[in-house]
Amino acid sequence: MTLAPPRTRLRGVVGESAPRSDAPPKTQGSFEYASDLARDGMLHGATVRSPHARARIVRIDTSAARAMPGVVAVLTSADLPTDELFGLMRRDQLVLARGEVRYVGEPVALVAAEDTEQARLATKAVKVEYEPLPAVTDPVAALQSGAPQLHSFGNVIEDVRVVHGDPKAKADIVVSGEYEIGMQDQAPLGPEAGLAIPDADGGVTLHIATQWMHEDLGQIAPCLGLPREKVRLVLAGVGGAFGAREDVTLQIHLCLLALATRKPVRMVYGREESFYGHVHRHPARLWYEHGAKRDGTLVYVRATIVLDGGAYASSSPAVVANAACFGAGPYRVPNAVIHAVGAYTDNPPTGAMRGFGAVQSCFAYEAQMDRLAKALGMDPVELRAKNALRDGDEIITSQPVEGSEPVANLIRRCAAMRSPGEPDTSDPAAMPGGVGNITRGEGVRRGTALAAGFKNVCYSHGFDDYSTARVRLVRERGEPVAYVLTAAAEVGQGIVLVCEQIARSVLEVQRVVVETPNTSIDSAGSSSASRQTWMTGGAVLAACREVRTELERRAKARGRALEDFEVADLLDEPIERTVKHRHRPTEARNETTQNHGHVAFLFAAHRATVDVDVETGLVKVVQVATSQDVGKAINPVAVVGQLEGGIAQGLGLAVMEELQLRDGQIRNASFTDYLLPTMLDMPPVVCDIVEHPHRDAPFGAKGVGEPPTISSTPAIVAAIRAATGRELNRVPVRPDDIVFGTVARSGWRVTPGDDPRKAARTE
Amino acid sequence: MRIRLRVNGTERSVEAQDHESLLTVLRDDLRLAGSKNACEQGECGSCSVLMDGELVCACLVLAGAAADREVRTVESLGTMERMHPVQQAFVDAGAVQCGFCTPGFVISTVALLRANPEPSDAEIKEALAGNICRCTGYGKILEAVHRAAGQRV
Repeated sequence: MTLAPPRTRLRGVVGESAPRSDAPPKTQGSFEYASDLARDGMLHGATVRSPHARARIVRIDTSAARAMPGVVAVLTSADLPTDELFGLMRRDQLVLARGEVRYVGEPVALVAAEDTEQARLATKAVKVEYEPLPAVTDPVAALQSGAPQLHSFGNVIEDVRVVHGDPKAKADIVVSGEYEIGMQDQAPLGPEAGLAIPDADGGVTLHIATQWMHEDLGQIAPCLGLPREKVRLVLAGVGGAFGAREDVTLQIHLCLLALATRKPVRMVYGREESFYGHVHRHPARLWYEHGAKRDGTLVYVRATIVLDGGAYASSSPAVVANAACFGAGPYRVPNAVIHAVGAYTDNPPTGAMRGFGAVQSCFAYEAQMDRLAKALGMDPVELRAKNALRDGDEIITSQPVEGSEPVANLIRRCAAMRSPGEPDTSDPAAMPGGVGNITRGEGVRRGTALAAGFKNVCYSHGFDDYSTARVRLVRERGEPVAYVLTAAAEVGQGIVLVCEQIARSVLEVQRVVVETPNTSIDSAGSSSASRQTWMTGGAVLAACREVRTELERRAKARGRALEDFEVADLLDEPIERTVKHRHRPTEARNETTQNHGHVAFLFAAHRATVDVDVETGLVKVVQVATSQDVGKAINPVAVVGQLEGGIAQGLGLAVMEELQLRDGQIRNASFTDYLLPTMLDMPPVVCDIVEHPHRDAPFGAKGVGEPPTISSTPAIVAAIRAATGRELNRVPVRPDDIVFGTVARSGWRVTPGDDPRKAARTE
Repeated sequence: MRIRLRVNGTERSVEAQDHESLLTVLRDDLRLAGSKNACEQGECGSCSVLMDGELVCACLVLAGAAADREVRTVESLGTMERMHPVQQAFVDAGAVQCGFCTPGFVISTVALLRANPEPSDAEIKEALAGNICRCTGYGKILEAVHRAAGQRV
């Protein structure tokens, strides 16, 4: 045994902007997404959906569809193997509607046919007779006594009260306002898709694009009447998620068709169907009141928040809790009452989207902070900095902040970042309306404003949140190779990079292979709540440390230190360790939500500069600057990618993106009519990545995904207010709101902090 | 109907239905899944291909209209061993997240750089405004196009 020479420097360790290993196949078109899956002889699935927001199903006649060429199976609720319900946080939905439909797009029947066109035509031939019922589409109305009961257990999905300090506190200066958030869609580019293959043992293997395979598994198996071990999930390539893939969409349907036909079945939603098929961001109505001392010290926040949960619960209970817990913003607020309620309606179901409840309340409380600054005659940045949370301060749930950069630093750093140059009125493309060439700048006004926001990382309120990682270190052709297996869904965010870079750093091995996630290993939890770096990064870190300990033991057994060996020389036998990693326990929510319900908090500030054409109401976002405490940037370029991408979605909510509903019907279920930011809409983003490590997080890295989408929206809208003087109390801001000063009114009178179930109509 | 076309340098013959798009011919009949199916109405550019050298959305081209034409898809550009400069630039710039839009952006960038080897920010934004990315916010894509600019594409 010779002494090892100094190791060659590792490329792609923690802190480096290593390129993604999945990027080359993605640029070449060879990366296999769920919608690309194919098997010889596979059938194609399609879904019959309700055209009514609320109706009784009188009868379903499938005979014509069954007789069509190429049709192999037609399934309705009568064919379901069990009466089990599915649903993310409440099992409240049948796999196929029976007796009643509760939203436009609810699945009623399934078809499998030999080609996609036969399947599509067969869905048209399934005759469903409905008796329409009056739909309840106003969430505040749904909560009032006497409203039609949409479920046997009532119309309240969740009711969360945060009561902190003195609920009747009084203040020198008081400002109040009503706010509204429209329905945003995650609009991942990859449509919902999967391939189910019947197995010889009577079970089924499902290749699927999802955010959390084990959660899917827990919902799929009971609905199929199969034990868990007979349902196997393999992650297919995921074309974006942003919350849209937390819920079961076509998973159970695919498995049912595969089991019924004994053939592989593929199902791919078209874009319109995708808009009907997945949950959306909760529309919200918020009534706020802020009280402060004359010097700007916040005294109280009182708010009532109503979130439209749509027809089924999905993750509404947690969204409601988030809207309430973070409803006073990243500020010291000694007294607060926040009452948030999620309502069942006959609108399309809503659930997870990036920012998850924190987005809705941030828009309102940041508008309130600006209103307060105006009433006080204070600079809005100074008002925020003066009240900003720092370690040791309690949020309104009485939980202290820990391991964070003082929020005032983020606010001041963000406010001090370089500003964009003056508008170039000679270039129409740089003006609002862009290449539409509608202004030479006569009616263009510039505005700049700042907003701050926060939310939790990981799952809260006593949830048993864990991730599992298996690390196997082997010698291949004389070189050490680390294989990392977890069930963490790579949805584009870069968890593969995080796992690779952590393993490389701890094991000091260049070649790290992250294997395709599947359910042969225990759960990694969801790719949501900004949690995978903390949780799966943490699990990989712990597993790698155990492998390293074994390497050290082997080195010591040979009488030397690990550093004296080539790692490969210690791998006559492979080393494999599997670790289940948990964050510290959190407390369940109590009646007033006063407890340590969260693991840790993520903070960011955004400053937006906009040019607004007050004559046409068009907005050009000129620049967004952001300061965000990420703890540690495991891969700085990937972090910037999260910041810029999250800001794009925040910009979308501010000025473009809304699913427009009429009587529960989505009127713009296409990329033609649902406007997504393009390259022309996105301004340069200036990123200030602040690294204040949290001691419990791997390398201090706290997670980055959601804060960019929380305070970017209110910053942009505040900048439009600064430019125009308009009130703008709803997002997305529409040209009419700017030109005519339209103000959104819910039609309900609610005293902030009161129970929205006792709202009064304003007329 | 039977259609003959040249795809990535190879003569192909497929049986297509009258209403079928070039995109479904590529994806389902020829198993070239690199051109993506995101909106299927010409709004997102994920299915971008070159037809006789011209940038088109394959979802908007009827299969019949592609008869006797020369089609180049993302699969023709490079290999894992020998990446095309535009593909390499997307990898190096960190312009790929979920990647579903990437093949379309790569093709559109190739078309842009062939016409304009050194485009300005404004020219890039206008040329790529027909491609939607939901992950990146476009900053790194803009950087990738600049990195690839001036190279032989």
